[in-house]
Amino acid sequence: MKKVLIKGNDAVVRGALLAGCRNYFGYPITPASEIAEGSALLFPRVGGTFLQAESEIGAINMLYGAASSGVRCMTASSSPGISLKMEGISYLAGSELPCVIVDITRGGPGLGNIAPEQGDYNQIVKGGGHGNYKLIVLAPNSAQEMCDLTMLAFELADKYRNPTVIMADGTIGQMMEPVEFPQPVTSFPKKDWAVKATAETRENLVSSIELDPDRLEVHNQKLQKKYAIIEEKEVRCEEYRSDDAEILLCGFGIVSRLLQSVVDEMRAEGIPVGLIRPITLFPFPRKIIDVYASKKNVRFFNVFELNNGQMVDDVKLVVNGRKPVLFYGRMGGNLPTIKEISAEIMKNMRQS
Amino acid sequence: MTIQHNKVLQKPETFYDTFVRKGDSELKATHYCPGCGHGILHKLIAEAVSDFDIQDKTVLVSPVGCSVFAYYYFDTGNIQSAHGRAPAVGTGYKRANPDSILISYQGDGDLAAIGANEIIQAANRGEAMTVFFVNNAIYGMTGGQMAPTTLIGQKTTTTPYGRNSHSEGFPIRMSEIIATLEAPVYVERCMLTDARNIAKTRKAVRKALKAQIDHKGFSFVEVLSGCPTGWKMTPQEAKNWIDSVLSKYFVPGVFKDVIEEREPIIIKQETPSFKDYHKLMDISHLSEKEDVVPTPEKNNFHEELKIAGFGGQGLLSLGYVIANVAMGHQYEVSWLPSYGPEMRGGTANCSVKISDKRIGAPLVANPTTLIVMNKPSLEKFENDVVSGGTIIYDSGLIDTPPSRDDVTVIGLPATEMADKLGSTKAANMIVLGIFAYLKKQILSDHYIRWALPQILKNKAFHEINQKAFQTGFDYADKHV
Repeated sequence: MKKVLIKGNDAVVRGALLAGCRNYFGYPITPASEIAEGSALLFPRVGGTFLQAESEIGAINMLYGAASSGVRCMTASSSPGISLKMEGISYLAGSELPCVIVDITRGGPGLGNIAPEQGDYNQIVKGGGHGNYKLIVLAPNSAQEMCDLTMLAFELADKYRNPTVIMADGTIGQMMEPVEFPQPVTSFPKKDWAVKATAETRENLVSSIELDPDRLEVHNQKLQKKYAIIEEKEVRCEEYRSDDAEILLCGFGIVSRLLQSVVDEMRAEGIPVGLIRPITLFPFPRKIIDVYASKKNVRFFNVFELNNGQMVDDVKLVVNGRKPVLFYGRMGGNLPTIKEISAEIMKNMRQS
Repeated sequence: MTIQHNKVLQKPETFYDTFVRKGDSELKATHYCPGCGHGILHKLIAEAVSDFDIQDKTVLVSPVGCSVFAYYYFDTGNIQSAHGRAPAVGTGYKRANPDSILISYQGDGDLAAIGANEIIQAANRGEAMTVFFVNNAIYGMTGGQMAPTTLIGQKTTTTPYGRNSHSEGFPIRMSEIIATLEAPVYVERCMLTDARNIAKTRKAVRKALKAQIDHKGFSFVEVLSGCPTGWKMTPQEAKNWIDSVLSKYFVPGVFKDVIEEREPIIIKQETPSFKDYHKLMDISHLSEKEDVVPTPEKNNFHEELKIAGFGGQGLLSLGYVIANVAMGHQYEVSWLPSYGPEMRGGTANCSVKISDKRIGAPLVANPTTLIVMNKPSLEKFENDVVSGGTIIYDSGLIDTPPSRDDVTVIGLPATEMADKLGSTKAANMIVLGIFAYLKKQILSDHYIRWALPQILKNKAFHEINQKAFQTGFDYADKHV
């Protein structure tokens, strides 16, 4: 099948449709608006629903309603909008409702700007809503992955009855690349728990309230078990020229694309760098990082992010002092250049 | 649909016989306080659902507040929602399941304070749901704090000196507000103080549900209900207070009833065939029948283009065309609009990368080719071009030519030339002709001519685009 040149945001819409999603609830915000616009154009054409909600809060709760009935449903927003959705996300996680939430991240805090930043890492990966929940978080770095991981997100959401987030910065959302579209999904898992307005599902209840402390604790323990299984089975990570690397670069999303260029350039000069790119931010690729942290020839890890150092904490937890973990971050929507990244690595090499 | 009237003395089937979800020893009693209206309203709703024979397809959204546990009692599908969000949850549910009967049940804090926007918007969209709004002028579950419906002078735990309009505003009349909206079909306020009023409420409950069964749209029933605990009254005092005080401000009555006038709206859900899903999904791609797609030799080809000028000059489209054509030649490509602080400015630019290898960073910092169509862009990007690279600029719009002597500089009055061809907008296609000529070892001009109408689909421009492309190509042939 031929490839199509398409924006990352548009690839998300197509991925959702191919995954059998027919219900979109959203509220416009730059740089995620193409996802609402594309959904408005296409969802009605395949017998689906597009609804522009009154707010991000409205949208996430519409998602809660639709997900309660077991349909595949999605919303998309960007950082300040995601903050508004956090209450709903906590409820979705508490009620174990499968759905897909797309966060095309931008600069913060507050209104920030519309330039690419990755300051949502802690909010999405560690939980910006209340409670002991986890979201499955996928971080694409190309238009192709915007499609593929959106499809995967629906599958994982259903498999684990858990909200799944596509977290990509504005650059990934806005850039066009060739995309090859997979075949549409035609068979879907059964959802016996869903409230479907039928005689068979009349007994079903979707709820996150559990007043009795013992019962709420049991519910939370059940959730933690589920997260442990996800951590065991669903890690996705790309390693690029890392086998014999002495310096391991680590970054996700658009940063990983920059780091890939850096690896190629530095390798051409004989400098043994390699890249570890987490594709799933939760579950975090701990085992893979752990292997490198134990390798004798590895000198240090160098984490690059478009934030104040959020994922670097996760890397440090795994490395646990065995090797230095160094961090370089840009904020405000600025992308570092290849030269800046290379210079940083060279500086660290001299100092290590 | 006929309503059975012979069941009044038994518990409706829509109520569970024993409230197992409640989990304590009182499995036949609700958790509501003596004198509270929830129990009565619950029963009226349960009876109506049973009598309409819609129990299997009814879904009840329980709110936050005392009635958060409505799912203890209703033997229907149940969803519990966040504070104030029931109308949004109901909207999502109903849109995904248009054949269901969706009942949203909310208290006054839930509906008139935190969820005021959600209820207004759902009502305004005319969501096909039935909303029961229990107004008891106080926050019951949290222990008797002020509600948006608390009366002036009314003492609550957060208005210990009585509600003061200067500080807390006036009690909100939600039925009156909802009734001003165009979409709702039925809005009525009732109360539960005596048999006559309960009978009226019973009728309103049925009318509101029937409106949904008949696909007529959004209906809203407000019920004045006692909260003896919150009001610190006996149940009888509470009833008297509703009669003599509360109902004087929140006057019962029908505020809107256009059920008969409205045509039913029946949403059909189709499942289209996915046979032609490319078409369904509006994915435009180059025809697969074409047999002239060249597969050029790939020997370390790497091109980094920056295309810049004013918004409206078609420069992002130019980048899009080049990326598409290169993709047709089996190259890896990326296209990135100027994204970030410049996005809302008057200038626009895009980065295009073409490579025979996997592309890393999509942003072009040091272009091998710079195409500029205005002066600020030339000033901004000229020095970034790699030594040995190329600058193509519109010499009609830029009066100071590039000063670099280590790059190939091609100036042509592309906009003027396009004007003469009949459309200023085609200047970008003239530049495409130049670029195609420069890269003719890599990009086939025959292929570009064939592909252009498939990439830029607006038929009105097909002819001029071809002409402009040829003009640029010929110009380069002569001058470069």
